[in-house]
Amino acid sequence: MHPAFSVIFLTTLIGAGQGLFLALYAAEVGAFLDALPPQAAHGFFAIGSTLAVVFLGAGLFASFFHLGRPERAWRTVAMWRTSWLSREVIVLPAFMGLVAAYGAAHYFGLGDTLLVGAIAMLACVALFVCTGMIYACIKFLQEWATPLTVINFILLGCASGFTFAAAFAAATGSALTGEFAGWAVTFTVAAFLTRAASLIRNQRLKPKSTLQTAVGIKHPRIVQKAQGFMGGSFNTREFFHGASPALVRAVKWGFLVLVFPLPAVLLAAGAYFQSTPVLIVAFVVQYLGLMLERWFFFAQANHPQNLYYQAVS
Amino acid sequence: MTQLALIIDLNVCVGCHACVTSCKEWNTSGGAGYLSDDNPYERDPTGCFLNRVQTFEVGEFPNTQTVHFPKSCLHCEDPPCVPVCPTGASYKRAEDGIVLVDYDKCIGCKYCAWACPYGVREVDEHQKVMKKCTLCVDRIYDPKLPEAERKPACVMACPTNARLFGDIHDPESVVSKAIRENGGYQLMPEWGSKPANHYLPRRTTEMRLRADELERVDNPLKIDGLLPKPALKEPALDDVTTW
Repeated sequence: MHPAFSVIFLTTLIGAGQGLFLALYAAEVGAFLDALPPQAAHGFFAIGSTLAVVFLGAGLFASFFHLGRPERAWRTVAMWRTSWLSREVIVLPAFMGLVAAYGAAHYFGLGDTLLVGAIAMLACVALFVCTGMIYACIKFLQEWATPLTVINFILLGCASGFTFAAAFAAATGSALTGEFAGWAVTFTVAAFLTRAASLIRNQRLKPKSTLQTAVGIKHPRIVQKAQGFMGGSFNTREFFHGASPALVRAVKWGFLVLVFPLPAVLLAAGAYFQSTPVLIVAFVVQYLGLMLERWFFFAQANHPQNLYYQAVS
Repeated sequence: MTQLALIIDLNVCVGCHACVTSCKEWNTSGGAGYLSDDNPYERDPTGCFLNRVQTFEVGEFPNTQTVHFPKSCLHCEDPPCVPVCPTGASYKRAEDGIVLVDYDKCIGCKYCAWACPYGVREVDEHQKVMKKCTLCVDRIYDPKLPEAERKPACVMACPTNARLFGDIHDPESVVSKAIRENGGYQLMPEWGSKPANHYLPRRTTEMRLRADELERVDNPLKIDGLLPKPALKEPALDDVTTW
């Protein structure tokens, strides 16, 4: 598949926003259970929720660039019974509203923040599932059609969100820097395990569709001689990434370094030295790595329609 | 229930692309708007087509067959592109099974194209909506056209009659018989999308004449061979010879 930057930004930004919200809510629940020190309503929860809404809003904004007709985007709420994309379009603004309400409840001291946060957490999980299922539900994109897709979206989103939360806690002088950094490392390690599992799985995939099933001729040797046109078409642009195998390999190793070991080291160092800049660098490095990861996620998916476009003429 | 479909006879298709140009001509001139092209006469021509003819070589030299393979929307009975559409712009008509896109509802998110294993949906780069074969829904029900012309433009254009059009749910229709009697098959059956369009495979071409068809109908006594053959210089046609 051709990686679209609008979707790369959408999925990585909302992942970070969701992770950041989960970090905030975890801090509140921890304080409620007397396991963590309580945090300031204004300086911590209200600003943190605002930042989460900014991440989510930026992702939503990026998603519009994927649409040919963005002015009709409101129509996407129609088919929530069948379409994961429609469900995501409903859940994302709902989640943004709930996070904003959560922040406002803290800011104005309205109480019931635990309840609002619990509802927002459900929406957060639903959003992760919707985003992942958009890709995982297409059964013939075999690289995507696995529960690992959803799990990776959840764990990678939590990793980057908690990394940001660690930097945020350090910047606001919160006592939770160490906790957040520890959880961020935990999520990063868990995401490494599941992402590595999906890489191994995808390497061993055997495509179900072959040229034989695509044209219905049961001969072992079929060679395409013409695809029907000399110039490009939507089919040759949308479903091929067009990058060299060397670049794809470089992106894979790039994200394997930038998303997992490097941020883990930076998180440990940042938490040890209580250094805000180091933690910010950890988030930025991991975010750039996640963009590479998402690019690779798309590039690796091999659409069966490509069988029909193997030779120009 | 009706399920309209095209049956494409790979045994007959000569790869002339007449169905492609006819499809483009009809569908770029209709009420739904043009099918846009870019740089049609320049270096990198590109455009939106609803039908393509591809060519494959099967076998190893010298035993090869060149197979011309027309490809358009297969109007699946369980279309994977329809449930994923977030707006309901992509839909399958209950009355005749045609899969259509409502160009006024489509937001151009391309998700349906991702969800089609056959690659038969193309974005119109200027109208920014998804386009696909409509089975010429604006032709086949048009009462202003003569009955014989109420067929998709590609079917009308095919010079070798490699494209048949009809209801595959009617067991007595021409297309159902063609599927039944000539080993009609579906593309990528492994995904369970149940394409309505079927393809007829290459077949060994045989003389289909029975012995009685070789005899003269107006020769009940079967005495042809007994009559003298006309001399070389005499006229030899039946109606001018003496016998």
